[in-house]
Amino acid sequence: MSTIITSAPPASAGSKDPGHGGGVDYLNHETSIASWLLTLDHKRIGILYLVAMSAMFVLGGFYASLIRAELITPKGDLMSSDFYNKSFTAHGVIMVFFVLIPLVPASLGNFMLPLMIGAKDVAFPRLNLISWYVYMIGAGFTLVALIGGGVDSGWTFYTPLSTTYLNSNVLLTATGLFILGFSSILTGLNFIVTIHRMRCPGMDWFRMPLFVWALYATSVIQLLGTPVIAITLALVGVERLLGVGIFDPRLGGDPILYQHLFWFYSHPAVYIMILPPLGVTNELISTFSRKPIFGYSMMAGASLAIAIFSFIVWAHHMFTSGLSPYAAMFFSLLTFSVAIPSGIKVFTWLATLFRGSISFDSPMLYAYGFIGLFTIGGMTGLFLSTLGTDIHFHDTYFVVAHFHYVMVGGAIVGFMGGLHFIWPKMFGRMYPEFPARMSAILIFVGFNLTFFPQFLVGYLGMPRRYHEYPDEFQVLNVFSSAGATVLGVGYLLPLLYLPWSVFFGEKAGRNPWGATTLDWTHTESPPTPHNFEETPVVTGEPYKYDTLFNKESALAGH
Amino acid sequence: MSLHPPAKAWTYWANFLALCVLTVVTWLTARMDLGALSTPVALGIAVIKAALVVLFFMHVWESTPLTKLVIAMSLFMLTVLLTFMFTDYMTRNYDVLPPADHAAAAPGKH
Amino acid sequence: MQVTEKKHAQEAHDDHGHGHELAHHFVSVEQQHDAGNLGMWMFLTTEVLFFGGLFAAYTIYRYKFEKVFEQASNILDPMLGAINTIVLIFSSVTMAFAVRSAQQGKSKAIVAWLGATIVFGGLFLGIKYFEWKHDAQLHVFPTSDFNWTWAREKHSEGEHGGHGHDSHGPELKGYIFNSPVVPANYVESDARNPEAKQAKLFFFLYFSMTSLHALHMVIGFGVMAVIMAYAWNGYYTANYYVPVESIGLYWHFVDLVWIFLFPLLYLLGAHLGAGH
Ligand code: HEM
Ligand SMILES: [Cu+2]
Repeated sequence: MSTIITSAPPASAGSKDPGHGGGVDYLNHETSIASWLLTLDHKRIGILYLVAMSAMFVLGGFYASLIRAELITPKGDLMSSDFYNKSFTAHGVIMVFFVLIPLVPASLGNFMLPLMIGAKDVAFPRLNLISWYVYMIGAGFTLVALIGGGVDSGWTFYTPLSTTYLNSNVLLTATGLFILGFSSILTGLNFIVTIHRMRCPGMDWFRMPLFVWALYATSVIQLLGTPVIAITLALVGVERLLGVGIFDPRLGGDPILYQHLFWFYSHPAVYIMILPPLGVTNELISTFSRKPIFGYSMMAGASLAIAIFSFIVWAHHMFTSGLSPYAAMFFSLLTFSVAIPSGIKVFTWLATLFRGSISFDSPMLYAYGFIGLFTIGGMTGLFLSTLGTDIHFHDTYFVVAHFHYVMVGGAIVGFMGGLHFIWPKMFGRMYPEFPARMSAILIFVGFNLTFFPQFLVGYLGMPRRYHEYPDEFQVLNVFSSAGATVLGVGYLLPLLYLPWSVFFGEKAGRNPWGATTLDWTHTESPPTPHNFEETPVVTGEPYKYDTLFNKESALAGH
Repeated sequence: MSLHPPAKAWTYWANFLALCVLTVVTWLTARMDLGALSTPVALGIAVIKAALVVLFFMHVWESTPLTKLVIAMSLFMLTVLLTFMFTDYMTRNYDVLPPADHAAAAPGKH
Repeated sequence: MQVTEKKHAQEAHDDHGHGHELAHHFVSVEQQHDAGNLGMWMFLTTEVLFFGGLFAAYTIYRYKFEKVFEQASNILDPMLGAINTIVLIFSSVTMAFAVRSAQQGKSKAIVAWLGATIVFGGLFLGIKYFEWKHDAQLHVFPTSDFNWTWAREKHSEGEHGGHGHDSHGPELKGYIFNSPVVPANYVESDARNPEAKQAKLFFFLYFSMTSLHALHMVIGFGVMAVIMAYAWNGYYTANYYVPVESIGLYWHFVDLVWIFLFPLLYLLGAHLGAGH
């Protein structure tokens, strides 16, 4: 926002030279462990989440590597089928509930939201901290369940398998996820109130960065969906304990009811995962092509439309489970409609890139990867929502490939782009660019090598969730496991150079990317404890670029 | 200074009275056999009672449009949950084939 | 704009000088109040969908097992349900007055009205306790203890038949509320009766919905007790009463849930008219 006016020049306090050390910032004004664990600062809470989720990601990745190792050969020679079941369940539960759902909102969102709208903090800082503790407690329960014995129901907990037939730790895991749900609800609640009530003067709805719109839409889903999964898991727990039969057909119950309730949340949940990365990508594309987003209001509207539409398509996961054929047709049609706002987004980015002054910094490399992978993932979704083809594809590796394209290729790649983009703001340091680009490229290549063969093998009919398979599928599976290794290296690199850069990286100025939103133009890197010295007053559009931008001089702090 | 001028006390008592009357009415109508109408009547009265509580006890009558939007949103989602689930349950017993064809097709199947 | 910055600057000086009335990250008391109020409404939205899951299950099973659900509902006493409804509405009125006192900045009145709310809420739970006890005598707890044949028989015998004075063998004490133990022939006939399963689903929904509702009330009592302590010490003012207003909204929401539970659970079978 090049046209922001403040009543005094920023950083007039004179106590420091912005971004060049010596100043008081949110990282160094208190440094004890307690000051981190009891912090009410949204920036520090974002980092707490980042650390916790990275640990969960590594653990989930460990289980993924077990799965891929087992699938190198057609025989089940590495582990028992029972342990295989527990591995993919652990992988799914950790990655879906503890990584992907909170990933972008809780880390990048927490950090950026108040900065982007010119606020000193989120509306309820204490709730924000509580939500992190709730996350940790939920994680504790689930980890005890997963590691102390395991669960083998799959991340979907389908009944009556989970309620009647399994002897594993379903109850404990369900308790963990029930608790975790409140963390998600609290974050969503906090963000909605923050966006409604904490915007600085002049920050109209249509002057907000698009990432904020995405967070808003996500929070709506979190608020409206999460309670339903909470009560559903509670019912699963009660059913296991008392055997009342609400989901048990032998006792008059209806297992499909469970699937309805589960997917009423869990389909929208996939949009909790993807909407924030979609929002981050807007910031990346705009900044690194130095053009305002083409069709800002369409983009904002598409985020909201996706949030609403996501609630009316859930039964596309149930086409083969005994859903009435009429309902199946109805939900199939509705599912196609979600493709419209998703398509709007992709075309809007392409239009933004067109004739932009495009650069290839590492965050932007991730953004390119994101567009491609998300598009493939979304398009294959249409194959699955077509009733006839889904009969063939359902529960094959085609579905596995589809959702990894959107969840890993989309959500995680988008998150990585956002993380690299925001890193200089978070820690005031640049990461080394060469390994960052290497890792972006490795992730892209490794990802495609891992998951494209799964489309093929799924098309050929290989079912998911078995640890053995017919010999003719081996070639494609070996490709997939080899790709997973490359992907693993791609993820390992940032785990090394990002922490390194916190201490040894080159100092970043307040705005190394020449971005135009408040978080870059009006706060230090890293920001001061209360973000803004003076409440900023916004008078213009969020994206407005100088055509002349010189990265070297920006790094030098001007 | 007060953030909100308090409502008149009698409005609360009037509301209470109305709610009590409606409770008695719904109890009486439930004892009669209204057939298919009994559920709509009972739920209709419940909706009126709920509206009274929301509008006057919860001050939505004089609240901002935003609060009303929030309420509308939650009711909308609740409706979606119930009605869309019903598209399945209501149509489960219909056969895809007309009954006659179905009967003819069934024995020859295997 | 001018005003905004002034307040901001002044607030930055005495940092926590405002005490609790204005937290540091808000610009004005209005902003703080509106944020708290919106937050509470958002929370209630999640509550609507939390109960919504149970209401959805109820709707589906009621649609599938309409006849049995009516008979099962007939076991419950609509008179007690109606009395409880009025008791709860009364506690809503006292709560409304507690919030009104907060708006006027009258601390002691807040304490008094909240106290009244707890008393009437407690009365509600007391009545509920006796209902549940009666249900246990009829063996409609949806556990292995459940027996639909017994429940129907005892229920149509009515109040005068008395509990435990049955002709079906010696009287033994069961584990829930000392209810009489059901003789073996009843257990057998229940196992052969598909309607027993459906009735059990009704009672499962009845107990889970009413106990979730009761749990909400108990949590409400806890929060009210804390707020009363603060109010007693004059913590709330006409500029800062978000907590009182929020517990008010919460309590009215609990009332709303009951307003729907009453017809759905108690009145569904009232026209069958047996027993009472
Ligand atoms: C463009 C829109 C999309 C469409 C039309 C679509 C469609 C579908 C359909 C029909 C299925 C069911 C396949 C089956 O089980 O037979 C499915 C599965 C799945 N999709 Fe998508 N999808 C879309 C986007 C997404 C996104 C953005 C995500 C996540 C970020 C996602 C995650 C998943 C997951 C996790 C599953 C499988 C869940 C399971 O059975 O374990 N989808 N998708
Ligand atoms: Cu879906």
